Amino acid sequence: MSTLAESPSIPTAKELSPVPRDSRRKWTYFVLPIYSSFFFLYLVIPISVMILYSFNVSRSALPQVTFKWQGFTTQWYHEWNGIPGLTPAFFLSIKLALIVTVISAILGTLLALSLVRYQFRGKGATNQVLFANIAAPEIVLGASLLGFFITLNLNRGFSTLLIAHVMFCVAYVTITVRARLSGFDPMLEQAAQDLGATPWVTFWKVTLPLIFPGILAGALLAFALSIDDFVTSNFVSGKTITFPLWVYGAVKVGIPPQVFVLGTAIFLAGVILAVVNLVFQGRKRVSSAAAEE
Amino acid sequence: MEQHVRTDLRGGLEPPAERRHNRLGRTLSPYLLGGPALLWLVVFFLVPLVTMVSLSIQTCDSFTLACKVTWHFGEFPNVLSEFGGTFVRSLLYAGTATLVTLIVSFPVTYWIAFRAKRKNFFLLMLLVPFFVSFVIRTTAWQFLLADQAILLGTLKNLHVLPENFHILATGWAVIAGIAYNYLPFTALPLYVALERIDRRLLEASYDLYASRRIAFTRVVLPLSIPGIFAAFLLTFVPASGDYVNAFILGGTNNLMIGNIIQTKFLTLPDYPAASALSVILMVMMLVGIALYSRVLGSRTIEEYV
Repeated sequence: MSTLAESPSIPTAKELSPVPRDSRRKWTYFVLPIYSSFFFLYLVIPISVMILYSFNVSRSALPQVTFKWQGFTTQWYHEWNGIPGLTPAFFLSIKLALIVTVISAILGTLLALSLVRYQFRGKGATNQVLFANIAAPEIVLGASLLGFFITLNLNRGFSTLLIAHVMFCVAYVTITVRARLSGFDPMLEQAAQDLGATPWVTFWKVTLPLIFPGILAGALLAFALSIDDFVTSNFVSGKTITFPLWVYGAVKVGIPPQVFVLGTAIFLAGVILAVVNLVFQGRKRVSSAAAEE
Repeated sequence: MEQHVRTDLRGGLEPPAERRHNRLGRTLSPYLLGGPALLWLVVFFLVPLVTMVSLSIQTCDSFTLACKVTWHFGEFPNVLSEFGGTFVRSLLYAGTATLVTLIVSFPVTYWIAFRAKRKNFFLLMLLVPFFVSFVIRTTAWQFLLADQAILLGTLKNLHVLPENFHILATGWAVIAGIAYNYLPFTALPLYVALERIDRRLLEASYDLYASRRIAFTRVVLPLSIPGIFAAFLLTFVPASGDYVNAFILGGTNNLMIGNIIQTKFLTLPDYPAASALSVILMVMMLVGIALYSRVLGSRTIEEYV
């Protein structure tokens, strides 16, 4: 996951690896690129299915997406709001994801700062906890948290969802920001200090702007994890229903097309954010390269 | 390097008195910075794990659901004998799916690490499935694999497949779903492993007249083995606890251990049994990680996250 935050300063393989003796481009040279394009096709096929079936005609009284293609319609995009219970669940998920993102971005960034900048007792243990948190099967996280809440006699609802989501997002933010921080030149901070900046000013004017792309990537990841989460939420939600929980409940009775419409909306929002992020990084790279010349 | 940062962050132009005050600050600041996040993880991640272990040795009143610790370890043999088959099935499905993902994604991560030009773009492409909700992604597979749908329907119309052929509600559908859903967990550690291979080693092997194939099998592959195992663990462990794929894509004969835990926790409360099952799952994970560091000790698995 952390790979996303690293700036692509690593030279490409082409620049470094020498051309082997038999550099004639045989047909075998194209096997890998062709295979890769099939692979990416495989990755996007289920997503295209979702987008495609959000345009499928449904003739039953209670609209449901059928496996059989029945014709093209944009009806469900006009009536995206038409299923009672689905829209509130959708907005609840967005609200939850926003709060979770802010909390885990702040907590995760601070933890990453302390891990990269300081040597302290318990650092190794902290790293192990982070790893265990990411590697643990989600069902163990959810089930143990539910057992914990039951033991404490705590009512399950929005607040327990919030607790659970921050619990599994914070480690992802930490490792993403940590990856960005460890490629960071400490001389820059030293220079700021030499010019008379206080630690506080140095942090706001030098450190934060430099690690901001890492924080942004971590925050995006946290948002995506939270808004999509089903397994842990299923255990700790009580009677509160988030978007994925609503969809899961509807799977065996039949999914209304609006689910695919909202799913498409989330997907497009994610793609737009990711592309903006990519272009933004790309432009910065170009301008810093120009500055060096 | 860290020494420099620390002295200069705090010291610099400040007078010595200030500096002495800051030494205390320096020992405390990592805890102050990391404290909130750590506290959150300890209270809501580690403590619940302990609670779960203790729940598994408790006895509960079947009416009031009040539990107390009785040091009754009987749940473990009970659930193992009752759900042993389900455990084996979960491991089998998760293991097969993980192997499939490893084989399918290795060439692509190799291509991205060694040959692709826009690495960041392709890495993002690997994450594209994450942009769609897990449950919806799995439902989309249901649409892909359904008998009358685009894929099987067309193949049947062309008489490539017999009319009574079906995938949905079989183990293969569950494996296909898991393999797709957990792919980024495999591909990213693989990429990290391949990307960090020192290119000069490859160069050296070419200088010594290695062909592309020899360079791959004698240099790249051995160096990526820790990464391959890390990717295996990071996919296999979460996948073996999955129950969404089995619920949506499988039939009644394809239940995984996650389905049992979920039912026992949420539908017919039997907390000790459910906790015992989760504890077994957790112990398997720990054994896997311990084995990893035992066999491939020089590098820790944590580097691949």
